[in-house]
Amino acid sequence: MTAAVERPLVRTAASRARTATTTGPSREGLVSWGFLAPFLVAFALFLVWPLVHGLYLSVTNQSLTGAGGSWVGLDNYREALTDPTMWRALRTTVWFTVVSTIPLVILALVMALLVHRGLPGQWLWRLSFFMPFLLASTVVSQIWVWIFNPDIGAANSVLGALGIEPIAWLQDPAVNLYAIVIATVWWTVGFNFLLYLAALQNIPDQLYEAAAIDGAGPWRRLTSITLPQLWPATILIVMLQVLASLKLFDQAYQMLIGVSTDTTRPIVQYIYESGFVGYRFGYSAAISYVFFALIVVVGVFQMTAMNRRRNLS
Amino acid sequence: MRSRQTRSPGEKGAGRVVAFVVLALMAVGWLMPFLWAVATAFKTETDAASESGWIGGDGLTTEAFREMLSNGNVWIWALNSLWTSLVITVLTVTISALAAYAFSRLRFPGRRWLFAVIVAAIIIPPQVLIIPLFYEMLTFDLIDTPWGLILPQIVAPAMVFILKQFFDGVPIELEDAARVDGAGRLRVFWSIVLPLSRPVMAAVAIFVFINAWNNFLWPFLVINDTNLMTLPTGLQTVIDAHGIQYAQTMAQAVLAALPLIVVFLFFQRQIVKGVATTGFGGR
Repeated sequence: MTAAVERPLVRTAASRARTATTTGPSREGLVSWGFLAPFLVAFALFLVWPLVHGLYLSVTNQSLTGAGGSWVGLDNYREALTDPTMWRALRTTVWFTVVSTIPLVILALVMALLVHRGLPGQWLWRLSFFMPFLLASTVVSQIWVWIFNPDIGAANSVLGALGIEPIAWLQDPAVNLYAIVIATVWWTVGFNFLLYLAALQNIPDQLYEAAAIDGAGPWRRLTSITLPQLWPATILIVMLQVLASLKLFDQAYQMLIGVSTDTTRPIVQYIYESGFVGYRFGYSAAISYVFFALIVVVGVFQMTAMNRRRNLS
Repeated sequence: MRSRQTRSPGEKGAGRVVAFVVLALMAVGWLMPFLWAVATAFKTETDAASESGWIGGDGLTTEAFREMLSNGNVWIWALNSLWTSLVITVLTVTISALAAYAFSRLRFPGRRWLFAVIVAAIIIPPQVLIIPLFYEMLTFDLIDTPWGLILPQIVAPAMVFILKQFFDGVPIELEDAARVDGAGRLRVFWSIVLPLSRPVMAAVAIFVFINAWNNFLWPFLVINDTNLMTLPTGLQTVIDAHGIQYAQTMAQAVLAALPLIVVFLFFQRQIVKGVATTGFGGR
């Protein structure tokens, strides 16, 4: 920038705009695109284009082998919407999301409230709860496949000690989704725990001091200060958790290898299987868009709920 | 990040003791699965396959570790994981920061709607794109190459959003002074804005690195060559091929987890802060 620019003491939007005109809009525009170019190229190549091309593939009968590729209109979508396996997979994903989100939010809150009391051993608590989040899904799955082993696994040893009959955790279709939930809660609760911990640290001390002067007990402080103050964080954490749970694939796929997954196949696994095991790229792309529609609907629903809440308060 | 004490001076010690006990029980519960895995890794295969306590009948042994490390693949996978994750992190942070700076400081036509498009893209799950992305990698001949693994992972609209929010809060006066002295935009960005943004850049970098290190689905699809695999996908092939040998599998699990646990112990504050900063922006 060689153009001399007068330097106002207080910068406002107006003065910024003035700078832009004095240096010349084309010059600044050119510089801007220079800054943006690397990201935009990657964004276009690896996000926008696949998104558009996927939509195109979903109306063809493209195969992984390279065969096919001719226009079939909405046939793939028609097939998907009448495919019982697709619906079952969608139901599995939604049910998993409901069952996993509740403990993942509540346990994280309890952990954060306890740790935030400032008890000794802060680093140890944080390490214990967050460490599993650092493990790769493969590692998590290996540990839990071993724990859930019906004959030698730790889960049944614990149940045995309590006098409860052993359970075929991963083999029994009535329980294996819940086994996945348990492993998932163990794996990822630390992330929500840290988010809650950060939110707790942002609550102003004065609120508690005022409450103490009014003689509010610990329970009263929790229900009338802490929890209401955490409400915005809770909404965000629930939102993020729902969107994360809907993407279930890794641990379900890895822990249930060799087990019939008809009742526990999440939708992402069905996308993978249709495309890469069944070679039907077109059909798989169509299911991807059904899944995407679900995500958008959930996202928009959450956003509206959040905004309405904000307008009310 | 230190926890402030929020209890009032009047609170009795009893509540504190109860809280401590509950917390300790939960922490033990949370550490237990990993400790079990560590204990199993030090057993013989026979002990690991039969029900037994913390230490097997044959005593402690490093047999499983030795067996696994003599299989050269684990080292290759660890190295692949390390370098691809580092490259993904550097590229992601660089291109996101440059774009975020443009959105925060520069005025150009289309700025608003372009930023809106990028924010909207945060909601697109990568899982939705696997089919067309795989097709694209086939076209570019990038299947079974490190670049095929890396490139699709460098686009992170959420990180552009987070960094833009941060840059918006950096006082503009500092930059103006430098620009009057004749420094170009890139120079201002490099020598003034970046040093001020170190904490948030570290947060974003850590977040991106953890995700890349642990990513399973994309590497699983795009890499078939054993020598190019990363740890998560490599370990999966061992299980698929040999079934589960518990002691060895657990030894692998422990080894794969170790680097990140050590990193966590050293950079605990930054990581906790990083998750707090970036977590709310999306994962």
